Amino acid sequence: MYDFAYHKPTSVADAVKLLAADPDARPISGGHTLLPALKHRLNKPSSVVDLSGIAELKGIRREGDRIVIGAMAKHKEIAESAEVQAAIPALAKMAGSIGDIQVRNRGTIGGSVANNDPAADYPAAVLALGATVVTSKRRIAADEFFQGMFTTALQPDELLVAIEFPVPQRAGYAKMRNPASRYVMAGAFVAKIADGVRVAINGAGPGVFRQKAMEAALSANWSPDAVANIKQPADGLNSDIHGSAEYRAHLVTVMAKRAVADAG
Amino acid sequence: MNVVAPFEGIGVSVKRKEDLRFLSGRGQYTDDIVRPGQTYAYILRSPHAHARINRIDTAAAQASPGVVAVYTGADLAAIGGLPCGWQIHNKDGSPMAEPKHPVLAEGKVRHVGDPVAVVIADSRERAKDAAETILVDYEVLPAAATMQAALAPGAPAIHDGIAGNLCYDWHIGDKAVNDAAFAAAAKVVTFETTNNRLVPNAMEPRAAIGDYDTTTGEHTLFTTSQNPHVIRLLMGAFVLQIPESKLRVVAPDVGGGFGSKIYHYAEEAIVTWAAARLGRPVKWTADRSESFMSDAHGRDHVTKASLALDANGKILALRVHTQANMGAYLSTFAPCVPTYLYATLLAGVYTTPTIYCEVKAVFTNTVPVDAYRGAGRPEATFLLERLMDVAAKETGIDRVELRRRNFIPADAFPYQTPVALQYDSGDYQSTLDEALATADWAGFEARRAEAARRGKLRGIGVSTYLEACGIAPSAVVGSLGARAGLYEVGTIRVHPTGSVTVLTGAHSHGQGHETTFAQLVSDRLGVPVAQVDVVHGDTAKIPFGMGTYGSRSLAVGGSAMFKAMDKIIAKGKKIAAHLMEASVDDVEFDRGTFRVAGTDKTKSLGEIALTAYVPHNYPIEEIEPGLDETAFYDPKNFTYPGGCHIAEVEIDPDTGRVAVVQFTAVDDVGRVINPMIVEGQVQGGVAQGIGQALLEHAVYDTNGQLLSGSMMDYTMPRADDLPNVGVATHTTLCTHNPLGVKGCGEVGAIGSPPAVINAVVDALRDYGVSHVEMPATPDRIWGIINAGRKMAAE
Repeated sequence: MYDFAYHKPTSVADAVKLLAADPDARPISGGHTLLPALKHRLNKPSSVVDLSGIAELKGIRREGDRIVIGAMAKHKEIAESAEVQAAIPALAKMAGSIGDIQVRNRGTIGGSVANNDPAADYPAAVLALGATVVTSKRRIAADEFFQGMFTTALQPDELLVAIEFPVPQRAGYAKMRNPASRYVMAGAFVAKIADGVRVAINGAGPGVFRQKAMEAALSANWSPDAVANIKQPADGLNSDIHGSAEYRAHLVTVMAKRAVADAG
Repeated sequence: MNVVAPFEGIGVSVKRKEDLRFLSGRGQYTDDIVRPGQTYAYILRSPHAHARINRIDTAAAQASPGVVAVYTGADLAAIGGLPCGWQIHNKDGSPMAEPKHPVLAEGKVRHVGDPVAVVIADSRERAKDAAETILVDYEVLPAAATMQAALAPGAPAIHDGIAGNLCYDWHIGDKAVNDAAFAAAAKVVTFETTNNRLVPNAMEPRAAIGDYDTTTGEHTLFTTSQNPHVIRLLMGAFVLQIPESKLRVVAPDVGGGFGSKIYHYAEEAIVTWAAARLGRPVKWTADRSESFMSDAHGRDHVTKASLALDANGKILALRVHTQANMGAYLSTFAPCVPTYLYATLLAGVYTTPTIYCEVKAVFTNTVPVDAYRGAGRPEATFLLERLMDVAAKETGIDRVELRRRNFIPADAFPYQTPVALQYDSGDYQSTLDEALATADWAGFEARRAEAARRGKLRGIGVSTYLEACGIAPSAVVGSLGARAGLYEVGTIRVHPTGSVTVLTGAHSHGQGHETTFAQLVSDRLGVPVAQVDVVHGDTAKIPFGMGTYGSRSLAVGGSAMFKAMDKIIAKGKKIAAHLMEASVDDVEFDRGTFRVAGTDKTKSLGEIALTAYVPHNYPIEEIEPGLDETAFYDPKNFTYPGGCHIAEVEIDPDTGRVAVVQFTAVDDVGRVINPMIVEGQVQGGVAQGIGQALLEHAVYDTNGQLLSGSMMDYTMPRADDLPNVGVATHTTLCTHNPLGVKGCGEVGAIGSPPAVINAVVDALRDYGVSHVEMPATPDRIWGIINAGRKMAAE
């Protein structure tokens, strides 16, 4: 690990100031991506801005027909939140399925969504539920937020503050884990919300994406069978020592089917 | 009042004495040791699989803050290369190719991770900072990352003067007899397989500290080793030319080895050499990424085999052609793994009359490959036990019945195989029967049908296996090319008040020796386990011993202790006879009590010990004071544990994921000292066997980059990958060691992989599959299922 300056601001405004003043500063939340990168000397920030002291980033609450989750909410808190469990059980279950107990006690939803690892869990929920990403500057719709592998609409001096999830009529999630890393090898989050049906696929491609053919099929007939014969093209999907693009394409259909079954 | 102490001897599951230390964080591992004035070494390693080094510029590193020294291969050119401990001869009698294995690269790097330079600084971070400033001018050469690439015409030459990258071309067996048997066969079954390359991944990464006393000229090396005396011999005599009397090697608590910590590694020589040169201690500790690219890997065979059978399914002959990957250099014991630890096991538990095996060992631009839990025997067992299932399918004979027809009968021991080994004992029908009953083999089809109703493909697989361990008779292994003896040493030191210290050349790095060995003493001398301390791992404290590998600690090291106890008892009898005014011949000894036969005259071991150390009333003209005896034990034969493993799997046909849902192991490990420890050893071995069968795979790309270079891509078995492993033992005693023990450390890893794959193939019986390569990953299984469905559709 290279040396860096360490800051622990207590407000979003102060954090943004630190980030704006130094283009080589990096925010840190749970640290599950940044810390290993630092330890392997793959990243050399001049300073690290620790967000764990900012009260405004914490908390989970229901506001009308939305669940608002602070960026620093940990996976464990989301998994165990009575509000989330009641309103979006698939999201609570997803949070409870990430990594292991140590990971869930440190990792945050804001960190995961801002990082946009193609193999992460939350981006699929955010995209499928049509959530709104609230930042220190603006509100960004999920469809505009995710921009491919490790890329989002966030600007360097912009902090993810919270995520607003509309409460869906139904939602379900299923994933196949990478046998080694246990990250998502292919996952599907299906949701029926006021605007219609949305299906987001994670793990399989270079970034989370919507599966429009499945959305159309499920709009017409909300059942596992509706997606059972919809094939995901393998073109552009990830291929590595754990699975070919063809295998991942196949898993997309299997996971979509299971996600619908999971949603009930 | 008589207080009867609980019996803690042979056969009792005494709780492990060492666990309080380990579980409360009080273990003392190499990296926990801090020497005064200690410096830290960082090894700069090659990022290329094969490259010429035109120039190394270390000027900036030398000038970096905190740097004490920077060394490259040029600085170490005068010292020896890392030696190989086993010489194999080619078919034509010529010795194997044995290229120099430099401590730091000399002019060329041959695998990713090959050490190029070492930076020594006052902190690990500063050493690393400085290493980043070293400029190495590499001329990248084409790499041969696989055996196929290394053997291809025009392949890059990894070592100068070694034609075709061939280390040796070896064989065993009478080819003419074998060919004749094949010619007369009613049925010939052929089979090809690749035994996957594995990374051992002990929990504790390797570490080493060199220390040097400038006033006495004594070197000390603290290292993560399974055999400190072997390291002292190899490094002292062959690499650094330090006499034994000036070199102490300490292997303190070691967190797992599985073979990977047997070998003498470059870092040990580097820190020892540098500490003397600098007059300051030098510590090196691997991080996990370094472990992946510098610890010896395991397995990596490609094999073609044929089995000849008569019309009744009786095996007539076996023929095997194997290519074995050595990696870029010869690790300490690498050459013996695919030969004498492999081909000699190809009879397995069967009466195969003739076996011919040839093995080509190949250099590649990969990390050296050496013995990993089981070493050679898992490869032989996997081959045989898959071949038996393939033969069963092709002959239409039930796979259990086919095995039974070919078993060596229980009354045929000692049994001479056609591949050099003579088995002393075993009862394969009984272990099979017990396993079949425990696993409810007969009820399987009902479970398969029930699983099918849940949409799962269920399969069951059996493996009846044997291995050779308790290595080994020194004269035998010497004649086969070993450059070492393989005896073991034990000292029994009875203290004046009757407590005991055991010194052993065996080394415990997870096996529970401190408990098992104490039980041996308690059983024989009647001393409570709590009053028996076991000392190991320090060449300054223990006599010359060979260490722990090949499931040898109890069979060889325990037998040495047994012999030392013989001497203690014999001497004690003389002292007791003197004290009780009886003839020595009339003195009996039983669990701590010397008695004049037929009388109530007794002396306790404590009384005898006190007399021996305070010899006021003592036959001083006849015997020396003290009660402290050492014995060396050289085994008369290998030991031959064996048994039956049965795996039951369920496959999710939608994802291809295989779950092992039931596992039964019935093993004959000889006499069991501590059943709890045996159960743990077998379960640990089975975990690694399931890891090999379903999960683990070290994968190189064509350029020689290790794609599975971290836990993110190398699938270690985890608790939720494993079923409950039912362990039972069915004992026949070893006939040639005094304890009747065979060894249990490797049976789990040897017996289980073919049981699992046989179950996977059985689960896929409707998909026209005769074999599934390891690891049976979801991707691979789905590919088979998908291809099967496509075929069915067409």
